[in-house]
Amino acid sequence: MGAKRRAKELLIHIFFLVVGASGIIVLTLILLFLIMEGLPVFDTVSVRAFLFGTMWYPTHYPPDFGILALIAGSASVVVLSSLLAIPLGIGSAIYLAEIAHPKVRAVIKPTIELIEGLPTVVIGFFGMIVVAPFLQETFGLTTGLNLFNASVMLAFMAVPTIASISEDAIYGVPAHMKEGSMALGATHWETIARVILPASLTGISTAVILGISRAIGETMVVLMVAGGAAIIPESIFDPVRPMPANIAAEMGNAPFRSDHYHALFAIGLVLFVFTFVFNMIAAHLAQKHKQVGAASL
Amino acid sequence: MKKHARRFFRILSLAAAALFVFGVGVSAAERISINGSTTVLPISQILAEGYMDEYPNVNVSISGGGSGNGIRALVDGTTDIAQSSRWIRQSEVENAVDNGHFPVPFAIALDAIIPVVHPDNPVDNLSLDQLKAIYEGKIRNWKDVGGEDRSIAIISRDSDSGTYVVWNDIVLKGARPSPRAQLLASNGAITQEVSGNRNAIGYIGIGYLNENLKAVSLDGVAPTYDNAQSGDFPVSRTLWFFTDDWPKGEILRFINFALHPEKGQKLVGETGYVPLY
Repeated sequence: MGAKRRAKELLIHIFFLVVGASGIIVLTLILLFLIMEGLPVFDTVSVRAFLFGTMWYPTHYPPDFGILALIAGSASVVVLSSLLAIPLGIGSAIYLAEIAHPKVRAVIKPTIELIEGLPTVVIGFFGMIVVAPFLQETFGLTTGLNLFNASVMLAFMAVPTIASISEDAIYGVPAHMKEGSMALGATHWETIARVILPASLTGISTAVILGISRAIGETMVVLMVAGGAAIIPESIFDPVRPMPANIAAEMGNAPFRSDHYHALFAIGLVLFVFTFVFNMIAAHLAQKHKQVGAASL
Repeated sequence: MKKHARRFFRILSLAAAALFVFGVGVSAAERISINGSTTVLPISQILAEGYMDEYPNVNVSISGGGSGNGIRALVDGTTDIAQSSRWIRQSEVENAVDNGHFPVPFAIALDAIIPVVHPDNPVDNLSLDQLKAIYEGKIRNWKDVGGEDRSIAIISRDSDSGTYVVWNDIVLKGARPSPRAQLLASNGAITQEVSGNRNAIGYIGIGYLNENLKAVSLDGVAPTYDNAQSGDFPVSRTLWFFTDDWPKGEILRFINFALHPEKGQKLVGETGYVPLY
């Protein structure tokens, strides 16, 4: 009987090990696949010419596989949308957790979380039909499908994630810390800025990472509203072509195992490395500023 | 423990048997699968509907993932017919033959690719040279081609779509479009952008023309169905079905239906594309 129970325990143990490891296994397989399908492009083009070439003409003869403009497109969209989304997201979180009346909070928080569930194609459609003509008419632009439009749409997607998770972190700061600060004569604002925000920094960083990493990999929105010109943007109203949009637009027609096909996988690899490095930096920052003791979450 | 295992296997074998019976049941009806170009998709759809009306026991399933995808699926053996908006590439033929497949082309319709602008744009005729210069980024303002003083927003398709390939061959004659050209992923997206942007010029298949767009004549030839069929309008192309080897049985019957002047070709005319006859 004892042996049987031990065997059962072991089976359950193995089951959960496999479940727990499945994420890593799948990730490894995807990475291997990306490397296998992406590396052959470097037989045709050097790593340097691929990463730093500014011309992307994959179907012309001779082809050019320079992705610097695509990298610039991704980077500019992510930076601008972060500039919009982070202050807005954290601001809403502070308001919800510290300032808003509990009844207001009970209405606003679920609403924000509802926005999070909007399909990205709907957001893209909105950007295309409503925002693009508006931008173009208001600012007299050549086109309304541009870097700014895409960044606003991505920020719109990231704000709910950032606000909702930051709010949990801020709300979770122990009441005695806040009370201690107030008791020492700090105003509400001083308490928020000097006690509550530092105490919830780890949670807020996680919120920002989750919000922004969604923006890096987001495909549908940038495919629909970023405009798609493979140039290094000179103004926030220039059209750009971020990497995911380029892969999505061209993969369907790229002949199987052609240079173009391999180049698209290599872009996927670059995108993977970017997201990975971004997550590492963010995790490192979160670890470094982690509060210990009662404030840790 | 043992008893459980036996019961488990009994259920499993029952499920397998059920699956087998079900599978046989489905394969009793004839199926044709079509995959490929989104440009040809509307044609395949209307042909499939017409065909299934006439032969109710046949099930035609259609998907659109791009011309390249369709031909790839034909070579993989996952589709019966590949729909393509461009001629098959040399590399694709070699790949097919290496894998023991022999793509056979059937022209099923014509498509004119027409330059379009916003209805408020006064420009209604361009020469091929002017159009080429616009797409190369050499002409950047509408006033240089007789329009208003506005910068030109060049709208193009993704660089591997069949529409782009034809446009690039005939209008740009292989030259590279300006990197400032905006890439949009479908005829629909171009229609949307051009009808909302007074600066824009784009190109679409003739079937997508609507009242929110203005078609531009090329060298004085209006982009009409008659001009496309006669070959006077310069930017037109043939749309293809590819089958694996010469078609037989149900697939042959479907191709015959598609090419019949009174049946398939009449339906092609209803989609907004140009029928062969």
